[in-house]
Amino acid sequence: MCTYLTQKIELDGAAKGAAGWFTLSDGAVYVDHPYHATHEHTLNIDFTNPGEGPSARVAVELTEEAALALVEAIQKALAAAPPGLASGAHARAAS
Amino acid sequence: MNDAIWAGTISVAGHENAELEAYLARPLGEEPRGGVVVIHHMPGYDEASKEIVRKFAAHGYAAVCPNLYSREGAGVSPDDQAAAARAKGGIPDEQLVGDVAGAAAHLNGLDHANGKIGVIGFCSGGRQTFLAACSLQIDAAVDCYGAFVVNQPPAESGMKVTSLLSKAPDLSSPLLGLFGADDSFPGPEEVAVLAAELEKLGKEHEFHTYPDAGHAFFAVDRPSYRPAAAVDGWKKIFDFYGRHLSA
Repeated sequence: MCTYLTQKIELDGAAKGAAGWFTLSDGAVYVDHPYHATHEHTLNIDFTNPGEGPSARVAVELTEEAALALVEAIQKALAAAPPGLASGAHARAAS
Repeated sequence: MNDAIWAGTISVAGHENAELEAYLARPLGEEPRGGVVVIHHMPGYDEASKEIVRKFAAHGYAAVCPNLYSREGAGVSPDDQAAAARAKGGIPDEQLVGDVAGAAAHLNGLDHANGKIGVIGFCSGGRQTFLAACSLQIDAAVDCYGAFVVNQPPAESGMKVTSLLSKAPDLSSPLLGLFGADDSFPGPEEVAVLAAELEKLGKEHEFHTYPDAGHAFFAVDRPSYRPAAAVDGWKKIFDFYGRHLSA
């Protein structure tokens, strides 16, 4: 099935795509058919910067288990660091 | 018998004369033939879509698949174009109709065209096939598991997609619908509502729902592939076009 459901988020950071590093501005998260992974459905994440064109994109297609493990790993990594260490507000204040 | 074909990338004029990349395949023989516009699925203008175009040419039709996401930029890979189009909520219905009209006009302008046009689409392209058949004068339409022809998409989807049921009185051609019994988009109840509406309107249609098949059962490169449904489905498609696209 095509879920058609897309969670869109604003992102602040950088990603390395086919043409090298670019600044991230947007993300999309959705469960749907993958383009490349050989599963019927995957959790897909697009890290993008529409301002730099459609090719400014890093695409990830994960199984449900892998996606949940990623979420948990992100939360553990953040919890293990001092609060606010990687905060965008912190970075801006320091610069 | 000459079964040789030509296949390759061309340009067609789409909605508001936009230049669209498109993949064309046509027989090299001299016989008059119908044309088929192939509408790709939501993941975009991919290898599988081009394979379908060649399949129609091998069966004696001139077929073309316009890249509906061409406007996302030339030289951009089709998966990036598809992601960009998805982030914008998909493509507007009006634009789709213009793009299909342009592709059909291109086919009718080819040597040996008999003037008959079929449209076929998969997944989101199934819905768009119904839209095209309700908006343009065509000769035969094939909807392969298109969702949201009857139901509205969930409000939170952000897609520029609405139900097309109110357009059913304008359906200009016979409609072949091929669905999977295990699909949820469209689910069997949505298919049943569409069949009942077409019946009520006296619109020629032929629906088949395959057991043990879900969405995308034609997709040979995905685990959703169901050989029994796909093999019978292709037989029904060529039988249907054979009846409606002959001169």
